[in-house]
Amino acid sequence: MTTVNTKINRRSFLKVSALAGGGMVLSFSWLAGCKPTAKEMLAMPKEWFELNSYIKIGDNGLITIYSPNPEFGSNVKTSMPMLVAEELDVDWKNVMVEQADFYPERFDRQFTGGSQGIRQGWKPLRTAGATAKAMLVAAAAQTWNVPASEITTSNGEITHAGSGKKAGYGEMASLAATLEVPEEVELKEIKDFKIIGNSKKNVDGQKIVTGKPMYALDKKVEGMKYAAIVHPPAFGMKLKSFDKESISGMPGIMDVFSINIFKDDYARNFFDTTTFPEIVAIVGNSTWEVMQAKKNLKAEWEEAPKSEFMAAGFGGNATEVTVPAGLENTSSHKARMAEYIQKPGNILRRDGDPEGQFKKAHKVIERTYSAPFLAHNTMEPMNAFAHVQGDKAEIYGPTQAPEMIRGTIEQALGIPKENIQINLARMGGGFGRRAYSHHLVEAALISQKIQAPVKMVYTREDDMSAGVYRPTYSATYRAALDENNKLLAFHVKAGGIPESPIHANRFPAGAIENYLAEGWDLPSNITIGAFRAPRSNFIAGAEQSFLDELAEEMGKDPIEFRLELLKRAEMDPVGENNDYVPSRYAGVLELVREKSNWNSPQANVHRGVSAYFCHNSYVAEVVDTVVKDNKPVVESVYAAVDCGVVVNPDAAANMGEGAIVDGIGNAFFGEMAFENGAPTKTNFDKYRMIRHREAPKKIEVHFVENTEDPTGLGEPLFPPVFAALANSLYKATGKRYYEQPFAPQLEMQNLRM
Amino acid sequence: MATYNLTINGKSLQVDADPNTPMLWVLRDHLDLVGTKFGCGIAQCGACTIHLDGNAVRSCQLPVSAVENSEITTIEGLSGEGDHPVQKAWIEHDVPQCGYCQAGQIMSAAALLKNNPTPSDEDIDNAMNGNICRCGTYTRIKAAVKTASQNL
Repeated sequence: MTTVNTKINRRSFLKVSALAGGGMVLSFSWLAGCKPTAKEMLAMPKEWFELNSYIKIGDNGLITIYSPNPEFGSNVKTSMPMLVAEELDVDWKNVMVEQADFYPERFDRQFTGGSQGIRQGWKPLRTAGATAKAMLVAAAAQTWNVPASEITTSNGEITHAGSGKKAGYGEMASLAATLEVPEEVELKEIKDFKIIGNSKKNVDGQKIVTGKPMYALDKKVEGMKYAAIVHPPAFGMKLKSFDKESISGMPGIMDVFSINIFKDDYARNFFDTTTFPEIVAIVGNSTWEVMQAKKNLKAEWEEAPKSEFMAAGFGGNATEVTVPAGLENTSSHKARMAEYIQKPGNILRRDGDPEGQFKKAHKVIERTYSAPFLAHNTMEPMNAFAHVQGDKAEIYGPTQAPEMIRGTIEQALGIPKENIQINLARMGGGFGRRAYSHHLVEAALISQKIQAPVKMVYTREDDMSAGVYRPTYSATYRAALDENNKLLAFHVKAGGIPESPIHANRFPAGAIENYLAEGWDLPSNITIGAFRAPRSNFIAGAEQSFLDELAEEMGKDPIEFRLELLKRAEMDPVGENNDYVPSRYAGVLELVREKSNWNSPQANVHRGVSAYFCHNSYVAEVVDTVVKDNKPVVESVYAAVDCGVVVNPDAAANMGEGAIVDGIGNAFFGEMAFENGAPTKTNFDKYRMIRHREAPKKIEVHFVENTEDPTGLGEPLFPPVFAALANSLYKATGKRYYEQPFAPQLEMQNLRM
Repeated sequence: MATYNLTINGKSLQVDADPNTPMLWVLRDHLDLVGTKFGCGIAQCGACTIHLDGNAVRSCQLPVSAVENSEITTIEGLSGEGDHPVQKAWIEHDVPQCGYCQAGQIMSAAALLKNNPTPSDEDIDNAMNGNICRCGTYTRIKAAVKTASQNL
């Protein structure tokens, strides 16, 4: 057993007595408005007892577990409560899960992003379960007058073998809720887990398949108004004026006004990325009516000047941000990037004497890879419900990062943050986009202005043209070989608009004697934000495509070649701060080699491999492509994943499958472009998304079995698939793919896409 | 504004709306049937799929004035207890991630199976291609459609 000190800065289970004495009551809402069925009502307890922020036990033994983090589809609403339930030692079928509201006094890190939910929740959530269990045991010990050490628990039952006494958790909950939180608790051994490691269905599955309201877009209250927004048509533009008369008198339209989400003296935080701080809001009686008025609104726009402001960095250090003026074009982006590829970059890492080795090389291979901006395109467009009354605000919206937007709402409304209640809606997708939650601020400002509850909805066009994109990137790889095709030196120089994708201390750094990494970046007024596995989502594809080509040049099997490099990194690492464990990296390559039968290829099946480490997890993937009727078809994908202990295996596989499909879709089709600052694609008629027909026919996700603490899963399967696909397509067509998206190039080869 | 008598999920309902109002917004804003989702507004994503006389249609392109003599079914009316074979198969395969597109996917799948109870892979691709799933649950959706086909 592992003993855990409960005083590890966890608000969540130390404040039990304070909670029992009052404070805000969590909104026990039956999942945003669904009424319980009669059968459910019968099973409901007469009284609930709160053991800590996460756990409430009914007098009949029913358990409610609050899931702290916002749910955007990674299934944390099921897997995080599983961690609590495991250590609480209850029967999963007696557990009800509720989405917690944003409540920083009670929960740490209510943030969904960076694939960190399970990794960072692993000990705290289990400890929350274990402390509650210890309190139930203590209550039983007190009631029965026996030592707590002689008491055992199982499936929500407390037993004292010596006296034959037994009780359900519900019988002890009222006393347990009054007891002190123990200073130390024991956590279970992995071998004793009953819930963790056993697949549990999505707790919201039945609600999803029956269309129950769960999303902010589904919210409706008495007297609620509807709002649409109009933002500038291009990056680098701002509002000049609008003509109220142009839509007055249209059916159902109440008001039109402009709102500005930043006050002049407001110091922005890292997540205060917003493209258009000032927008026009149209308020009316229904969504359709405000959307119609939006089309008719006459507004004038003008070029925005260069702006400079201070913004807090990710860690908190403020930096000066400059947003350049001007209307940008994809063609000029490409030209400027081509220029920077030729210039020296900022040196990020150097091992040995790479420059010297390149000079004496027998052969130098150089390849440049690129990828465009990408829009997140969550299926549910940005929207939010807000009800501001006097100095109180209630906001219900899709956000990955409520803590990051609360201060912005506070300054925008001029309402103290303790009076701002943010309730967490299930999100129709996130992918990083909803870490930037200014749609909540916009809805709040509209509600404040009209003094009524409001639901604001972006159209798809608003959503796709509002920025916060994945940046456009470029990476140039060079390898120096001697006359025996031995690798002498390796050089990567990568940049982007407006950031570099380089992770300088990742593989193959550490595996090559002479290594150089350089980065560069170019400013832009096109806003960017986190997009599933930021930076990795490009650099993995470039690096792993280059290694494939290098292996071929060196006459080596691509898996063997990577394993040789990893052996070097393990036995005799080059340099310092290497950001990966070579043996775990090699482990996933070996597992994918076995599971894909790599060494027994089939005729007419073209295979590509790739491996990458990010978000603390290791993934190797093999993509099999066939060409059918002149069309490249992804037949199978095999993934091997080392993310430590897998909490909910089937859901974990689902997440991995989705990341693979997402990667294949973006590699083939993903692309946002600009003309005079305006996005050239604003809906799914032009922005091509992967659909049923293009999805792989089969995906297998295999997990390395080990006892390491869990690491990231939502992101790590995404980056490597770009190269596994490109390497597979090379085998199929004889052409290397350096530029994303691949579909236009495949079409130029007279293949059907 | 005009008054329309509609038949939705077997019930007769009256709605006052502009004749051009798409059924998507009549369902969501007027009738509080919010299981039908808004995704693109131009019939490109399938999130708003409903049944019109048993056929899958995109409700964002279907004006209320065109449906008075038709039977409309939404995700809320697909089955009495959420136990349509397609819904059960979705649970069995634990299909949803974010869940937002799934009502539309289920409505497309149910219409497909009604007309073609034993679809081939290609039939499934063709019938479902109008429904985007941004989370990428396509392989599970296909498996679930096949399971549902066996349990019709």
